[in-house]
Amino acid sequence: MSEVVLRGFGWRHAGRRAWAVRDVDLRIEHGERVLLLGPSGAGKSTLLAALAGLLPTDSGESAGTIEIDGLDPRKARERTGIVFQDPQTQLVMARSGDDVAFGLENRGVAAAQIWPRVSDALDRVGFPYPITRPTAALSGGEAQRLALAGVLALRPGLLLLDEPTANLDPAGADLVRDAITRSRDDSSLIIVEHRVAEALPLVDRVVVLEPGGGIRADGAPEVVFAAYGDQLAAEGVWVPGFSIPPLKSALPASEALVVADEVAVAKRLAPVSMSVGGGEVLAVTGPNGAGKSTLALTLGGLLPPTNGHISAFDEAKPPHKWRATTLTQRIGSVFQNPEHQFVTHRVADELALGPRRVGRPVDEVRETVDRLLDRLRLTRLAAANPYTLSGGEARRLSVATALATAPRVLVLDEPTFGQDRRTWIELVTLLATLRDEGHAVVAVTHDDAFVQALADRTFALGSSRLHDPLPQRGGRRHS
Amino acid sequence: MTIGIIQQVADPSAVLARRNPVAKLGAALIFTVPLVSTLDPLTPAIALAVELAVLPLFGLRYPVLARRALPLVIASLGVLVTIVLFAADRSGRLLLELGPFDVTTGVLMSALALILRIFAVAVPGVIVFATTDPTDLADALVQNAKAPARFAIGALAAFRLLPLLGEEWQMITLARRARGVDAGRNPIAQVRLFVSTAFALLVGALRRGGRLAVAMDARGFDSGNARTFARKQVFTVADAVLISGAGVLAAATLTITVVAGAFRPIIG
Repeated sequence: MSEVVLRGFGWRHAGRRAWAVRDVDLRIEHGERVLLLGPSGAGKSTLLAALAGLLPTDSGESAGTIEIDGLDPRKARERTGIVFQDPQTQLVMARSGDDVAFGLENRGVAAAQIWPRVSDALDRVGFPYPITRPTAALSGGEAQRLALAGVLALRPGLLLLDEPTANLDPAGADLVRDAITRSRDDSSLIIVEHRVAEALPLVDRVVVLEPGGGIRADGAPEVVFAAYGDQLAAEGVWVPGFSIPPLKSALPASEALVVADEVAVAKRLAPVSMSVGGGEVLAVTGPNGAGKSTLALTLGGLLPPTNGHISAFDEAKPPHKWRATTLTQRIGSVFQNPEHQFVTHRVADELALGPRRVGRPVDEVRETVDRLLDRLRLTRLAAANPYTLSGGEARRLSVATALATAPRVLVLDEPTFGQDRRTWIELVTLLATLRDEGHAVVAVTHDDAFVQALADRTFALGSSRLHDPLPQRGGRRHS
Repeated sequence: MTIGIIQQVADPSAVLARRNPVAKLGAALIFTVPLVSTLDPLTPAIALAVELAVLPLFGLRYPVLARRALPLVIASLGVLVTIVLFAADRSGRLLLELGPFDVTTGVLMSALALILRIFAVAVPGVIVFATTDPTDLADALVQNAKAPARFAIGALAAFRLLPLLGEEWQMITLARRARGVDAGRNPIAQVRLFVSTAFALLVGALRRGGRLAVAMDARGFDSGNARTFARKQVFTVADAVLISGAGVLAAATLTITVVAGAFRPIIG
């Protein structure tokens, strides 16, 4: 129900030269539901943090004014609630009901009112378990529903959602969007979400931030997309209705490079047999818990199978017994979280690491680094620390590091996960080129568009869960 | 699995398991006072006997305790080796000559006293944490012991993230191998790889902790309001009795030691 007014608002994080967001004039009336858009780096998350009152005065410099119901957001914290991307770092307590109660305790809500409000909030988001359900046993989508309930229990007049489904698989994202729809009340809503088509049913107004400052467009979704759709799509926003032509292989796959025979990993992967050959893209699909990532690690020679056998490159030894330097010249792996793979403190060193370790001469290393920097649009960032890159940049770097040692087989875990449209197209085009050059590409993915655009073959892992997450615990005394 | 740490292994309805967590913690601390005030082997022997005797009252079974105390056995072996090698006091009857090291009854008594002390001090802690839900402990610390909520609830939230570190460690290790980084059999390379993996783990943990702190503050954790309590922890007469009982037993243990003439104070 809250009203938001920004006049010439800007924020610059301490120690940064550029303003994260500036010159924003915006008025959001009681009960309006707004989708906040803009290319990556336009300052959407900073704006939400400012509205949530989470930018301490000493953490940067501000310009203009920002008001919620006439108050500074730092003083209006009881009127706002915010849900972030990552469910893991939003849940505080070990049991679901306790987690929803956490915010109510902080606000000093009388004990007698806490549990009725907890049940009410859990009902509103459609949380299917008893309040004693351990938070550690929830899937990503369920955990994010719980995080939403924890915020709704506080009855905010302004609900802020910062890419609430970006870390979730499609089923989990559906759960969360369904919960947002179900819990709809008269509060105002501002949502940042780069999967625009899925977010549109939740909003009645679209605001587009201009990266350099100011607001580019503001109005009803149809009007905004008719006028700015092309430009937004080119900048990486997933504007509905802009399809991407498929890039399938023209030639049949060559000989098999990696063959898995009844490969299984205890508690993580039921036995599978499959193979991948040069010149093909194989998509591995399947529900959460089916063992897709485990299969990727096993095919990548990183995790030994507990049963079955993997043979690759006509060698007697299975890949997991190869030295790491041998492995990287034959099978490259790209992890879902790029940061896991960063070893050095500079982007250029990161690219040089692999070729150096396999003993390539100095000028060849330099040539490889320059070529990859250029190919993946990272030249400008050569001296940057890998940990400071944006999501799209970190993803491009992690793919580039795998390519640096020129492996014939590339295994990628959710390569397009959370990427904007521009990075997505670059990745798909790059993988198609590699395939046409004779590489084998295995990609574990939930992304239907990726499968449709690129996959020459799909391997669907079974849906049977190998282990239940956890048996239910008996009821506890507080309820 | 990730839930392992917070799984209770005791019968929660047992008479002492049901006591207020602060009372259990206080009783454990008081009971161990004699153990850190004397060096003789008799005090820890009596204490350990008492601890084992009250175990069923906490709803804990002996095999469970044995499993939980396994790391102590390893620590004890370390103590034994250290004392046999380095003990200054080599009095008593010579039992065995291990090259330059004389193993005497005095040496063995010192080792025995120290090992008993390790067990006697650690077992109360094992009992408290095996019979107490971490959430209940944090609640009781805030409500009954007036600990700052920022500390107790903050520690509880951080504790919930701990199991993630194990998975994270494995992923970082595998990811490094994928980058062509492995140590093979070179011990120096192994140490360097360990340090750099630990550093990556730490960086990730700090970032996660920071995000969690922001999310907690967004829900009013830093509001400075007086918190209310969703889960009421009560401190009853029975809880006071538990603490006093621990005090009485501690005093009795010390008395027996002094009367038996075994008392060897740490100070003086």
